[in-house]
Amino acid sequence: MQTAASPRVRPRLGTDDWILRGTMLAVAALLFVGILLPLYALLSKSFQGPDGGFVGLANYANYFSNPALVYSIQNSVTVTTVATVITLVLAFFYAYGLTRTCIPCKSLFKGIALVPILMPSLLPAISLVYFFGNQGIAKELLFGNSIYGPIGIVMGEAYYVFPHVMTILLIAMSMSDARLYEAATSLGASRTRIFFTVTLPGIRYGLVSAFFVAFTLIITDFGVPKVIGGQYNVLATDVYKQVVGRHDFEMGAVVSMVLLVPAVIAFFADRIVQRRQTAALTARSVPYQPQPSRGRDLFYLIYCSLIGAMILAVLAMAAYASLVRLWPYNLSFTTYHYQFDLRDGGGWAAYRNSIEMASWTALIGTVIIFVGAYLVEKAKGFREGRAVLQFLAMVPMAVPGLVLGLAYVFFFNSPANPLNFLYHTMTILVICTVTHFYTVAHLTGVTALKQMDPEFEAVSASLKVPVYKTFWRVTVPVCVPAILDVSMYLFVNAMTTVSAVVFLYSPDTALASVAVLNMDDAGEIASAAAMGMMIVVTSAGVRLLHAILTRGIARRTQAWRKR
Amino acid sequence: MANDTAKQADDKRAYLEIRDVVKKFGEFTALKDISLDIFEGEFVCFLGPSGCGKTTLLRAIAGLDIQTSGRIVQAGRDISALPPSERDFGIVFQSYALFPNLTVRRNVAYGLENRRRPKAEVEARVKELLALVGLPDQGDKYPAQLSGGQQQRVALARALATSPGLLLLDEPLSALDAKVRMHLRHEVRQLQNKLGVTTIMVTHDQEEALTMADRIVVMNHGVIEQVGTPEEIYGHPASPFVADFVGTMNFIEAVAGGEGRIRLDGVELAARGAEGIAAGTPVTLCVRPEDVVARGVGEATPNSFAAEVQELEFLGSFFRAYLRAAGVRGTEIRADFSVNLVRDLGIREGMTARLALPTERILVFAGRAGAAPAA
Repeated sequence: MQTAASPRVRPRLGTDDWILRGTMLAVAALLFVGILLPLYALLSKSFQGPDGGFVGLANYANYFSNPALVYSIQNSVTVTTVATVITLVLAFFYAYGLTRTCIPCKSLFKGIALVPILMPSLLPAISLVYFFGNQGIAKELLFGNSIYGPIGIVMGEAYYVFPHVMTILLIAMSMSDARLYEAATSLGASRTRIFFTVTLPGIRYGLVSAFFVAFTLIITDFGVPKVIGGQYNVLATDVYKQVVGRHDFEMGAVVSMVLLVPAVIAFFADRIVQRRQTAALTARSVPYQPQPSRGRDLFYLIYCSLIGAMILAVLAMAAYASLVRLWPYNLSFTTYHYQFDLRDGGGWAAYRNSIEMASWTALIGTVIIFVGAYLVEKAKGFREGRAVLQFLAMVPMAVPGLVLGLAYVFFFNSPANPLNFLYHTMTILVICTVTHFYTVAHLTGVTALKQMDPEFEAVSASLKVPVYKTFWRVTVPVCVPAILDVSMYLFVNAMTTVSAVVFLYSPDTALASVAVLNMDDAGEIASAAAMGMMIVVTSAGVRLLHAILTRGIARRTQAWRKR
Repeated sequence: MANDTAKQADDKRAYLEIRDVVKKFGEFTALKDISLDIFEGEFVCFLGPSGCGKTTLLRAIAGLDIQTSGRIVQAGRDISALPPSERDFGIVFQSYALFPNLTVRRNVAYGLENRRRPKAEVEARVKELLALVGLPDQGDKYPAQLSGGQQQRVALARALATSPGLLLLDEPLSALDAKVRMHLRHEVRQLQNKLGVTTIMVTHDQEEALTMADRIVVMNHGVIEQVGTPEEIYGHPASPFVADFVGTMNFIEAVAGGEGRIRLDGVELAARGAEGIAAGTPVTLCVRPEDVVARGVGEATPNSFAAEVQELEFLGSFFRAYLRAAGVRGTEIRADFSVNLVRDLGIREGMTARLALPTERILVFAGRAGAAPAA
């Protein structure tokens, strides 16, 4: 039907196209250097001997012939599975209480559930030591079992991932269609039957997603087992021990590669599940409104109060421990443990470094990530470029912090690398942290941008307004709430992260979270708790500031946001 | 008047020339070799079912999705490969695409502010445009504070602000409710007459196309089925698809009888379109329900036959009758009878009436094409 005579039209690129493509190339290059090249360096390191020569699979053979190391895999999988299941169950009923019952103070309970996000995972573990350790106030509850080992790890991890799991389930449960419940009730289904035929299927994707998120977070977490793992070795502590303790970088690389496996599997499984979920809720759905029911509401009020109290108790214990002179002998209050300059670990400078690092991460990270999300979502044409950028933006999600940090060591510390000058600087900490938390921030940006009319760019092109002007005058103002979310997320995570930066700090750039680790290592547990509290207070302050800003903006822009 | 525009236009060069345009999305061909001329000052509607390629063609003209091959020339300038920002058009989308964080005034001024005009001039132009679309006092509101119809007028004002040579409307009225839609149809058309801007509107609503357009381009499966004035499209559809898509049509299977006659079982009719068709060829006979005559029809009336009224459906201003011709198997004929007519002739279900199909109102297509269009 089509004659060969008519040649293909080669669209001429306008200024806008060049700007978009240039920016896209820049962001992609950053991500390429920030994630792919270091990962490649890590991979090749795992095939090298100590002298740098290629040794094939020798390192892997060594690893798998060492029963102590292989045993860690089993340990990791065991504690991770147990902790994941426990957290899922606890968080399920908590989220259920918040969405499907009429208990009071729902937003307070929601806020309390998010408290663990404000701390490095080291802190709940330290707090657990005060509760259940050899001098713990409640160690009888363990019936002679030691908190140092699997029990402590499971408890600490459950605490650490609770907010993440709870949030996912909360969203899944709040997206339910009341009409299904009405239909089931009118058909005479019992409560149990409704639970199994309507409630559970409705949130199955949320459950699966929560499972994978929790599994990945726990198996790759390093803070909890480091503090409370005792002689119980897991993959994450093995990486640290091989590299920091034994300086066996090659073996560290191998363990990293092993640690990468479950993370990558969980990542892809979660992607598949998320893709299926899209059409779960239609525009016609009617949100479910719970009806009061005394017995049920009372049960959930008690349940949520108990969980909430436990969450706060762990925080309170850390705060208390940081303020008493000598646990458990002298319980008089003192700020002695906050005199960080008297101790190893970096002192107050470490805290200031953390603030500086978190601020730069939030500032630079937000700009790069939001621009990147805009390009993926709105740059018309150039489909290949967008696909590559989207892929690069998703990779960090699958890479555990420890693995990323070690990969940075191999890549940036190599004398052959022209970027070697970044090693041991604040810059590399910022680059690493932005990369580490890139994906979630990117997805937040993409979600906000998807809600914008897809024709804004077309209209502005027809009015001959350059793309960057419309980005600045329309896209950014409309997306301010999401931009604030991203910057807060980056700041808080930069404050609390340990895993990636633990390999990258220098004496001049020690960080607060790393100081917690090192002071705990040195037996200065109270000071470790004190520094942990400094991080919590700072993160909470930033969250509060974010809430005030968001509310203020919402009020100011009410006129055009209302629908 | 519409006819005149088209005829005058034959003499001069087209404002927009579309030549052999093909658009492929992977394996799928959305536009198959489209050629079309649009003349200065014309209001043209692209009409067709969803997926027919009408929006794809509009987006190719705008440069938003540039065609795979083929040429588009606007005002003598080959724009085939140009990005949208280097073309000369204003566009209005179904979603309005108004910038939510800017006031109505800033929305309309958006394209003007970029051209470094004096502030006073911009303000004056915005004022003029808002008056033109009937929203002189709404400049300080935000889009979310306006009704859908008002938002669409703002979108129109914004598109017209820079005085583009071509106005593109992508289903501009589809998101509005019926009353507002009727009203805006009229207003948009008046505005276009007043400004004389060449306009292309994409729509799937045949009524909208019939009431607004100087010329309609009916599209289906990526090809142009027919181009013509609303009267031509409605009265002389070029294909069974157009006949079915625009208005209501009876499709009756018949056989050509030679010499301009067609036979349906026992009934023989004279039809204009049947002259060239050899006797014995299967044909499809098309007649609009409102063209079925019942008043003053007797035994001697040409093209008349007796039919039983099987069902009579009351539709407010008229009745739709479902008829079956005596001695004709199969096909049911739909006819629209005015309330008056039904009362005067005492038409009721179950009775037999004498009907006629006027020769000049019957369309004949070779083959059993009537079965093809989606009913």
